[in-house]
Amino acid sequence: MSGTLAAGKTKWGILLAVTAIVLVAAGIYAVGAYQRFEESRTAASSVGVTAGQPLPGVPFVLFRNTASGQGYGNAATVPLSAPSGTRAVSDQECDRVYGTHETVVCLKTNRGLVTAFEAAVLNSDWQQQRTWPVPGIPSRTRISPDGSMIATTVFVSGHSYATAGFSTATEITLPGGTSGNLEDFALMVNGERLVTTDRNIWGVTFAPGQSDVFYATAASSGRIWLVRGSLSARTLTAMHDNVECPSISPDGTRIAFKKNDGGALAAHWKVAVLDLATGQETVLSEKRSVDDQIEWLDDHNLLYGLADEAVEGDSNIWKLGTEAASQPGLFIAHAWSPSVVR
Amino acid sequence: MYISLSDRSGGKRDKPQGNGTALASEVPFRLSPVILWLGIVSMVTDVSSESVTAILPLYVTGFLGLSTIAFGFIDGINQGASAIVRIAAGWAADRSGHPKRIALAGYGLSMLARIGFLFAGGFWAIAAIVTGDRIGKGIRTAPRDALISVSAQPEHLARSFGVHRMLDNIGAAAGPLIAFFVLLMIPQGFSTVFVVSLAFAVIGVAVLALVVPDIQARGLKTAGGREGRRLFAFSWSHLKEPGLGKLLIAAGLLGLVTIGDGFIYLVLQARDSFAVQWFPLLFVGTNVVFLALAIPLGRLADRVGKVPVFIGGHLALLITYLLASAPFGGLWGTVGCLVLLGAFYAATDGVLAALASQLTPPGKLATGIASAQTVVALSRMTASAGFGVLWYAVGAATAMIVAGALLACALVAVALILRGTKSGPRSDLGGGA
Repeated sequence: MSGTLAAGKTKWGILLAVTAIVLVAAGIYAVGAYQRFEESRTAASSVGVTAGQPLPGVPFVLFRNTASGQGYGNAATVPLSAPSGTRAVSDQECDRVYGTHETVVCLKTNRGLVTAFEAAVLNSDWQQQRTWPVPGIPSRTRISPDGSMIATTVFVSGHSYATAGFSTATEITLPGGTSGNLEDFALMVNGERLVTTDRNIWGVTFAPGQSDVFYATAASSGRIWLVRGSLSARTLTAMHDNVECPSISPDGTRIAFKKNDGGALAAHWKVAVLDLATGQETVLSEKRSVDDQIEWLDDHNLLYGLADEAVEGDSNIWKLGTEAASQPGLFIAHAWSPSVVR
Repeated sequence: MYISLSDRSGGKRDKPQGNGTALASEVPFRLSPVILWLGIVSMVTDVSSESVTAILPLYVTGFLGLSTIAFGFIDGINQGASAIVRIAAGWAADRSGHPKRIALAGYGLSMLARIGFLFAGGFWAIAAIVTGDRIGKGIRTAPRDALISVSAQPEHLARSFGVHRMLDNIGAAAGPLIAFFVLLMIPQGFSTVFVVSLAFAVIGVAVLALVVPDIQARGLKTAGGREGRRLFAFSWSHLKEPGLGKLLIAAGLLGLVTIGDGFIYLVLQARDSFAVQWFPLLFVGTNVVFLALAIPLGRLADRVGKVPVFIGGHLALLITYLLASAPFGGLWGTVGCLVLLGAFYAATDGVLAALASQLTPPGKLATGIASAQTVVALSRMTASAGFGVLWYAVGAATAMIVAGALLACALVAVALILRGTKSGPRSDLGGGA
């Protein structure tokens, strides 16, 4: 080869060698990774587990199991009375779960050459009742207390102004199977309807005992609000600033949420609690950044997941009291996406 | 297609003296091996970058457990930065007279960024890596297109760009498939995807460094030697080139009424529920049409003139808008939109680079190409933001029709602006579109 190409024989040799070396190295790495995956998939779980159990009849915590070994990534339960005890692991892989005594909603990733995402409703025997596609990566999900309505939030790519940008899509699926995209709801701020395009809604929580009312986060032009939603009026009304991923307490009086005190780019989310009657806001003492929709263990304690910094793909569920001075403690190790079923 | 690797023996090239007045059909097409190898560099580099891009959202949210809203913001900044870096890189390529070195710096930066993925954990590390990759892309594009331009037969300029864009898009289509295949085999195998991506990046840099000659651009340097050396001389002087100035205005005008693909996919998604499930395939479908039509439309541009094909591509985009906003749809409506969108890219992307290089004096080749691409990128960003407002104000279908009407007006204006522009060997045919 000569001419306009710069390569002499030596250069072609080098190119061939470089290509061969990197391809072989990548191939060896891939084979090694595949073998490690096969080993971990068939290995016994690193925690005590039982399989093939239906949802417990007693109060329990539903979560995503992230303990290495068999059952990694599957929905699992522990009794509320023994959260660190043996966990019952289902055969349902879920990225995000939420449940009642009768129903589990499971947001999952269907891997393939075209990776797609779906929401699945499971009964108490983990049998799939119905599924529907969701338009992005699972983020949050909630079921209304009576089990009739399901809210999902996913990250959509290719949705924003920049084609590679990220935004959220939040839908509420009603009993009849119809669903409503919350972006189509009228967003009211200070009594006026907000007419801007760059709005995102995420993190729905259903108010106990009120079938029409829910709370969520709405954002537009860099501002973030807690909104109170009405399904019948199809409105979202801004109530409070800087509340993300609200979660209403079992008694319906308070909202736990994540509050960003680090700015739009260097987000650092503190755990905070808002009293709905007084508007009083309490920021709690958790120092780590909590990027989760918080769950109420009871009327005085919160649960949330935190990624394990030492092990990629692992996470733990932490417990924190709602008094300003209380300190976080480990609740369930190797777990994610807690849902307390009383 | 006739590809010869040895037809350029002796390093002699019959670089055009004039502006290529011969008919395309009179000069047999011979693909310069330089263009073939640049296409291969782009192909493996796109495999590298698109494989990571495809799985990055999954990795960040599903695996690391981080929210990704801020990525949209960072990506916006990056696109702007990338567009500006592109002009600087084009200018540096012209000034140094060594476009290959600048291109190599760009590909090299992206490759280094990929090494970072092997060690990255947090949000900021990933954001920095993605930024490095984007800037690398901004640096390499214009010098590479300048290399293609000087290596191509002038009679077959658009077709040569078409060959490059086809190879480029093969990589862009293959990358996500490779990445998702790895994740299918190894569900948590993100690190494997990163290693594979790095391997392809290394191959791309190696091919560029070892095989592609550092064309000092016989034409490139001599003409730019004297006046091109003055700092900032580049910024406005090329606008005074009558042809290029008109082209930049025309491309900017069309860019301002080109809404992002994302919006079109969203309209389709809202109309056909199947598109929710197959959303990722919409991108792939457009890419496949693009790669299939890149060469045929390049040939057409060489034969009938680049301006008519460039305008025709936007006509395809106009029909896409109308088809997407039509009340009926179904599978065939969606497929029709993807085909038209792919045709739009095939008729405009490489053809614009060919047009820009044809209208730029040799000493400012990379700057001229970079200017055209930057104008398109920035005007399209503006258009997307504006269309977002319109979308919410009047609804999706109406917004599409409004955009279509604006595009139709812009097309008429552009046809007038570009009338008489030397757009191809047979410029007499090229003017009247």
